[in-house]
Amino acid sequence: MTQHDDQHGHPAGDAHAAHHEIGWFEKYFYSTDHKTIGLQYMITGMLLAILGAFMAYVFRMQLAFPGQSVPGFGVVSPGQYNMLITNHGTIMIFWVAMPVLVAGFGNYLIPLMIGADDMVFPRLNRLSYQIFFLSALVLLTSLVVQNGGFGGAWTAYPPLSANRDFNLTPLGSSLWLVAVALEFVAFLLGGINFIVTSMNSRAPGMKAFDVPIVVWCIVIASVLFMTSVGPLIAGAVMLLFDQTLGTSFFNPNRGGDPILWQHLFWFFGHPEVYVVLLPAMGIVAEVMTVFARKKLFAYKTVIYTIIATGVLSFFVWAHHQFVAGIDPRMANIFTVTTLLISIPIAEMCFVYIATLYGGAIKFSTPMLWALAFMAEFLVGGVTGIYLGASGLDVFFHDTYFVIAHFHYTFFPIAIIATMSGITMWFPKMFGRHLNEFWGKVHFWGTIIPFNGIFIPLFILGAAGEHRRVFDYHNFPHLDTPELQAMRIFATVSLLVMLAFQPIFIINYVHSLFRGRKAENNPWKANTLEWSTSSPPPHGNWPELPTCYRGPYEYSHPGRELDYWPQDEKA
Amino acid sequence: MFEHFNPAASSFAGDMDRLAWLITWLVGFWFVAAEVMFFWLMFKFRARDGVKSQYVTGKEKHLKAWINIPHFAVLLFDVVILVGAIKVWYTVKQYMPPAERTVRVMSQQWAWTFTDPGPDNQLDTADDIRTTDELHVEVGKTYHFTLESKDVVHSFFIPVFRLKQDAMPGRIYTGWFKPILPGKFDIACTQICGIGHGVMGAQIVVESAEKHLAWMQEHAGQGAALTFDPAPAPADTTAAPAAATN
Repeated sequence: MTQHDDQHGHPAGDAHAAHHEIGWFEKYFYSTDHKTIGLQYMITGMLLAILGAFMAYVFRMQLAFPGQSVPGFGVVSPGQYNMLITNHGTIMIFWVAMPVLVAGFGNYLIPLMIGADDMVFPRLNRLSYQIFFLSALVLLTSLVVQNGGFGGAWTAYPPLSANRDFNLTPLGSSLWLVAVALEFVAFLLGGINFIVTSMNSRAPGMKAFDVPIVVWCIVIASVLFMTSVGPLIAGAVMLLFDQTLGTSFFNPNRGGDPILWQHLFWFFGHPEVYVVLLPAMGIVAEVMTVFARKKLFAYKTVIYTIIATGVLSFFVWAHHQFVAGIDPRMANIFTVTTLLISIPIAEMCFVYIATLYGGAIKFSTPMLWALAFMAEFLVGGVTGIYLGASGLDVFFHDTYFVIAHFHYTFFPIAIIATMSGITMWFPKMFGRHLNEFWGKVHFWGTIIPFNGIFIPLFILGAAGEHRRVFDYHNFPHLDTPELQAMRIFATVSLLVMLAFQPIFIINYVHSLFRGRKAENNPWKANTLEWSTSSPPPHGNWPELPTCYRGPYEYSHPGRELDYWPQDEKA
Repeated sequence: MFEHFNPAASSFAGDMDRLAWLITWLVGFWFVAAEVMFFWLMFKFRARDGVKSQYVTGKEKHLKAWINIPHFAVLLFDVVILVGAIKVWYTVKQYMPPAERTVRVMSQQWAWTFTDPGPDNQLDTADDIRTTDELHVEVGKTYHFTLESKDVVHSFFIPVFRLKQDAMPGRIYTGWFKPILPGKFDIACTQICGIGHGVMGAQIVVESAEKHLAWMQEHAGQGAALTFDPAPAPADTTAAPAAATN
């Protein structure tokens, strides 16, 4: 460990324990503490989520009441509509789900859960956040430059994205691409840290199968991200050259191929789904075991299914391109792999459900979120089968059915599981409790309208409503009062959901200063992060812990207490 | 489940609707089973005073069966869905019955241009009929269509036919359909193609043989009059400047 201390710029030895006071500027601009960086990632992501939600509000209002002025925005033009949907998707995936779930929880939890004093490369970690922050600034800039932000969908298919004569946003689309590429660089730096740290810095006695599931999940997600993102970074640079230097990688008039971009994008884009899904599944596993007071049902099975999912996720990307004009025979192979991936995911869901068996379930706020994740994610999972079945995807591709399906996966991931994690670890992060009553009000006020938003979209998709259209008046079969009523219902549900969000923000900020003080281990959990003080000091423990057992030994026979911390000597 | 909104108007639309129902029943079963189990466990094992949780590792044979049997059952259900999906896919996209007529579909920002072969049933002859945003086809005839794009990626979607195919600049795709139901239906572009994506609709008119013949005779040779691209050659040169300013 002395080796790491050198990188902190502290003298070797017990410098961490000394915990010298540092200034505000030093703390938030130069701190290499994994907890500070993790919280910075989380806060940045949650602030950008407000922007992403505002965009959803504007375009949902336009869909429900086309052509009318949206309060807080004004009349939405077709170009603005495209910009809003494009950046809503980009922000929510790359600047909310990724920083909060992977970088935020990854940074905060990995060293604490494996009993390390910090990441192996703390300065790289700091650099990762600085680049991420820069990427967010570039993205925000892209929204306000001349001609407006990029509006070619988050998938950015060329030639629309490559040619300014087609997309009409020369500056916006280039800045958008630069922002995305920078963001990938940031997560590459973060990912290598997660992998190396969890391999090398585990507490003495902690074997691979004593590591909490959430750490496994984040590490495998990092491996997936790092192995899949290379082609897309290359593709992003090629696209940027097409936009700005006049190259023709994707220009069919001069020998380029637009389908190449689709392959590069989805070769990354599909594993990306699992990059954000796995940390969410990990958080849910931790929360469920603690509040059901149960050992995880078949720990090793979960790990094998995570690995199987990860491997398979590299062989399914072309199911996004069934009707894009790939060889129809190739589509058959991708249908097989896509349906196969349902097996490890279904298995994982079964194991989680089985974990409840024999438990003593306490319905606290984190547990409610975790249980809601399972209940809602199942909807997203089964509706994926419709889209993976190539024959049916011919109809469903690019309809609202797709939108409903992936929001039933991404919303549970990026909002429900994140909320579960935040309410679970808030006492550890800040040493104070969130208000339980208002936490539950926020929970029900989010979950019920969430279903109200997206269930109508499944029906609209079955009616053939295609995506990314600002006004359906031009399509007589979609311009019926019946379908318009569903659009209005979805929008009103969104408004109700948004109205409940200030409760969370107020609860969060209020509890930071006025919340009930939290002890070290308020939930009586086993994993190592609960053995240090709340919040943990710089260096995490005065003396690094030793691990004696697996993370889920709840209600072990022959023990008085129903939990058995990993660092408690036998 | 689509008929409520869009009638099945092509020869393969019914197959797709049946596939949708097959998947709904199969995955619906798993969905309901999993949710019922989940909520029942939540209720049954809620925390009660003085009752400790059980120590279950997941290695117990009788409990493991609850995971293993569904595991293989899911695999079996997957195979059934797979067979159904590939069968429909094969019919729509892979198999190509001989054409009785061939139409040309050209997409561009933000309009569709259709070329009907006219009374002589030959494309690129003087009696070709070129129309914008309106495609006339004869019921019961097997059609091939060739699909092209002049600028960006578009997608040719006829909901009542259950047919969708992206149009890619630089490539010509060929597909087929056989209309079985007369009527006037929507065509939509389903791939975002710029600020006019939301107005890029068209109509397909499926009509009887007599009506179609009458329409052809009335419009034969009107290709040049109706089109905004007089001939294929200038069409290429209009595409070129766009490339140069790339």
